[in-house]
Amino acid sequence: MHFFSPVLWQFLVKWLTEFALFPPEASAIAPYMDAFYFFLVLISLVGLVLVGLMVGTFSIMFRKEKNPHATHIEGSTLLEATWTIIPLALFMVCFVWGALLYFRIYNPPTNAMNIYIVGKQWMWKAEHPDGQHEINALHIPINRDVQLTMISQDVFHSFSIPAFRVKREVIPGRYSTVWFRATQPGTYHLFCTQYCGTLHSSMIGQIVAMSPEDYRKWTAGSTSGQSLAQNGERLFASMGCVSCHSATAGARGPNLAGLYGSKEMLADGKTVTVDDAFLRGCILNPSTHVVMGYVPIMPTFQGQISEEGLIDLVEYIKSLDTADRIRQTLNDSHYSPNQAGAKGAAPNYRSRQLTGADQMPDAKPDTSSSKGMGPSPQ
Amino acid sequence: MSTIVRLPNQQDATLPKRSYLNSEYGLKSWLLTGDHKRIAILYLISITFFFFLGGAFAGLIRLELLTPLPDLVSSDTYNKLFTMHGIIMVFLFLVPSVPATIGNFVLPIMVGARDLAFPKINLLSWYLYIVAGIFTVSALVLGGVDTGWTFTTPLSTHYLNTHVITAAMGVFIAGFSSIFTGLNFIVTTHRMRAPGMTWFRLPLFVWSHYAASVLMVLGTPVLAITLVLVALERAFGIGVFDPTKGGDPLLFQHLFWFYSHPAVYIMILPGFGVISEVISTFSRKRVFGYTAVAFSSIAIAVFGFFVWAHHMFIMGVSNYSALVFSLLTMLVAVPSAIKIFNWSATLYKGSITFETPMLYAFGFMGLFTIGGLTGVFLGSLGMDIHLTETYFIVAHFHFVMVGGMLMSYLAGVHFWWPKMTGRMYPEGLSKLAAVVTFIGFILTFFPQFILGYLGMPRRYHAYPPEFQVLNVLSTAGASVLGIGYLLPMIYMTWSLKYGAIAGSNPWQATGLEWQIQSPPPTENFLETPIVDYEAYDYEWLANKTQHEVTTVG
Amino acid sequence: MDSQTVAARQEGEIAHHEGAHPHYLRHHFETVEQQKEAVSFGMWLFLLTEIMFFGGLFMAYLLYRNWYYDAFVSASNTLGIGLGTTNTAVLIISSFTMAMGVYCAEMRNKRGLMLSLSATILLGLVFLGIKTIEYHDKYTEHHIPGANFSIDDFVHPADKRDVALAPDVAQHAQIFFFLYFAMTGMHALHMIIGISILFGLLYKASKDAYTTGHTSIIDNFGLYWHFVDIVWIFLFPLLYLISRHPLH
Repeated sequence: MHFFSPVLWQFLVKWLTEFALFPPEASAIAPYMDAFYFFLVLISLVGLVLVGLMVGTFSIMFRKEKNPHATHIEGSTLLEATWTIIPLALFMVCFVWGALLYFRIYNPPTNAMNIYIVGKQWMWKAEHPDGQHEINALHIPINRDVQLTMISQDVFHSFSIPAFRVKREVIPGRYSTVWFRATQPGTYHLFCTQYCGTLHSSMIGQIVAMSPEDYRKWTAGSTSGQSLAQNGERLFASMGCVSCHSATAGARGPNLAGLYGSKEMLADGKTVTVDDAFLRGCILNPSTHVVMGYVPIMPTFQGQISEEGLIDLVEYIKSLDTADRIRQTLNDSHYSPNQAGAKGAAPNYRSRQLTGADQMPDAKPDTSSSKGMGPSPQ
Repeated sequence: MSTIVRLPNQQDATLPKRSYLNSEYGLKSWLLTGDHKRIAILYLISITFFFFLGGAFAGLIRLELLTPLPDLVSSDTYNKLFTMHGIIMVFLFLVPSVPATIGNFVLPIMVGARDLAFPKINLLSWYLYIVAGIFTVSALVLGGVDTGWTFTTPLSTHYLNTHVITAAMGVFIAGFSSIFTGLNFIVTTHRMRAPGMTWFRLPLFVWSHYAASVLMVLGTPVLAITLVLVALERAFGIGVFDPTKGGDPLLFQHLFWFYSHPAVYIMILPGFGVISEVISTFSRKRVFGYTAVAFSSIAIAVFGFFVWAHHMFIMGVSNYSALVFSLLTMLVAVPSAIKIFNWSATLYKGSITFETPMLYAFGFMGLFTIGGLTGVFLGSLGMDIHLTETYFIVAHFHFVMVGGMLMSYLAGVHFWWPKMTGRMYPEGLSKLAAVVTFIGFILTFFPQFILGYLGMPRRYHAYPPEFQVLNVLSTAGASVLGIGYLLPMIYMTWSLKYGAIAGSNPWQATGLEWQIQSPPPTENFLETPIVDYEAYDYEWLANKTQHEVTTVG
Repeated sequence: MDSQTVAARQEGEIAHHEGAHPHYLRHHFETVEQQKEAVSFGMWLFLLTEIMFFGGLFMAYLLYRNWYYDAFVSASNTLGIGLGTTNTAVLIISSFTMAMGVYCAEMRNKRGLMLSLSATILLGLVFLGIKTIEYHDKYTEHHIPGANFSIDDFVHPADKRDVALAPDVAQHAQIFFFLYFAMTGMHALHMIIGISILFGLLYKASKDAYTTGHTSIIDNFGLYWHFVDIVWIFLFPLLYLISRHPLH
């Protein structure tokens, strides 16, 4: 029954069964994006048809056989003004619509759940607050605002989820954020869209959107036993941070409890809001981030701590609500990192996060406990 | 559908005894020439070579993308293929294409000058182009370069072991070649116009070249210094673009796009000039709203300098700069729309014939309209998030650059071929080539818009299998497109010897270049012309033809 | 619309071709005036591209100066202000001798022209010589980025008035020196090109090429030389002077 080549036949079958004009609409923003897209397509069609009609009709009406002598026309200010102003007005509509969409996609809601993404040649690492680590995959619950705080360990990457219509550049040395709210459970493509070297096209992964129950099951089943804050606590102790940031009277470094989100006055008189980027800057370039009233004695940790380690520390500092928590760290800081890793599951060290390690009583000692001390990016 | 091909005086036309082609003989007379027409021919030959080299890379890329798996070449090779394709096509083909060949040939004649203002600098510009080509080809022969044509730091400076410096040097030198061409055009347009050739009597071709030259002269040096910094950073391992040492990779992006966005206008503006000439000539009418078309070129050049950051909307530019740059991007789209509408309106009440250049010009209008309008998609902030870095952007700039620029380049080469060589190309075959090119182009690049919206990232060696259907279509189109480009090269070469003799003004066009013999004499004009008619004044031409027995020259 | 064009074209410009052309009038120009205007316009355009070329460097300098102010101030303090000032003076004098050259060419004073050009060459070489000494100082102080760069001088400054920088801040002095070498290096490259051209001009001047009424080349080279001078006038305060602590 194949009158032509089987390859071509297969191709046609594929064409008919798999043909799609746009990717699945799996996030809250996707329908808005598609609506805007259809508007733009409509404008383009109108423009194209208009130009096509003009060129086509005139070519037929005024071809030489029909119209042997051209009539001289200088121009028409009215007409030219019309086709200046109408496109301009349409483009302005596009501009405003596009800008509204842009700010919606890039300004995360305040109560979003935060997941860290670290990009490196050529893989994506996702770090959930409760200590789930994923490579080239990201599990997320649906109907929940999820914010990604992303950073690159080496070159520019770009985190793109076509089904969610979101994308953001992942930049070395600087946090960038994007957020979405998945609406449809399913598995979607994750692409790196910024050219990043040899295996650029292998820097792909899966976004798994799950119902809240499935997500709870997944988090419970795949935790490393250590939340990011707990990892951070271990680093905080092992790198000697506690010796200055001891939250005691007369400590040489500022008290870090309740610091996250507050406003601080710097030594040069500027006021900053303490966020992830500021804390990261404090650790890597302490001398340019000195808080008013303190002496710039903190050494830089540039090159001694990986991006994941920094994330852990930031999460730990975020979790500090009272000075007591720091003193607990201080008391336990005689543990070596390995022992601390084993110790990590103890109830004392429960983080403030939603699902603490206490749900996992038989947590294994984390194999990745020393990852914070991993080799620095060259 | 029958069309009229009327070549006046064709039967009795003969090739002139002396022309720029036979005034001197020998390789040396070409390599040391100061004649802008000979330099244009040198450029034409070298550009054609690089076009087919870049095209071969494109062919290999499309062949690899026939299947989702990375099976034809390795990832490294694939990355080198698209990098070399980009560098060669952008810097060694598109930027010099119309200006350095057609512009070089006809611009001085159009303004009524005997040569460009600085013939030696013009020749130097060609030599620089060749040196740039040698650098680029040696980067290729030594093992290739895989930065992408954008040289993105810190990837290009610290993470690759390929011949980045060699390729960057090539681009650096090509930049100076283009600066010298632009400088020559500006000075020629200002200072070398014949008596009576006022600014508003200039053909629109000259206006658009003038606008493009301003961009070349002001934009290219910024690219040059940026590439110097990249090369230094790479050579000495320390630098201004490396975030681990306190540098800012976004500064590179700003500096690079400060040139490379105006560069797309450097590429497309000369094409606009060709289309104005062709459409006016074959509808035998003055371009509708001459002043608007002329000033829209200038407007594009001015606005073109202030939109560069729209390449960085997802890279974390501040909200305010995103807004400003998006707004300016919308504004720069308006002059292009004006041009398209004015060209369409030029046809109204014309007396239209459908010679090959006209077919290419129609192709240009369709493809450029799509390319321009999809630019509005990308300039709209929110839409850009989803579309940037996907095949949508690949399709967009190929519609503008290949659909727009290459179509107008081919229109121009066909249009001025009789002037350059004194002979006609074969009409039937060339019409076939124009139609094949158009169909092949649509088939190649239209599916890429859909692929882009589906999310397929650019520069991917392997892709998810559900994208295969569209990729197969695209590759099939590329083969058709390849034939469309090979055909002109073959019949043009054939026509050098066997083409019908054209006579001085086969199209009955009004530009000064058509009032002298074809091919023109070395000094263009035996006496300095005095211009007493407006551009595209076909009544003047009709009068002149009636009263004159012999053609000038 | 009449048919006079051709006739007019034939009559019109014959007068131009009748008179004797000076030998330096290129065939494609109508008049000496047109040639002169075109050449000088071309030179100004070229200088405009040069401004854009250096503009990229100035942009980078201003950005990082803003970011890493302390490191830039400390690094700037290590530059030899004596040598820098001398060089500025040398360059300004060379601009003067160049201007004298242009004047002499116009006055058809061959001896004066040759003297001025020689003096300009000499001063240019002095500038490059002093620059070499400065570069050598940077080498001995380990202030060349990428090659044994040492931040010791900034962490433990010898001069009491210098602020001791923390090591992480001092690292950014490397960016200052990278830009210092890139900017002064590019400037020195322009000087070297200028001096090479000057030698050519000197040789041609000895053959009476510029003292018989054709001064265009000397004029335009003068523009180039002054431009290179002006670039230094911007570089010197930016790199050596701003925010420097007072002299002893």
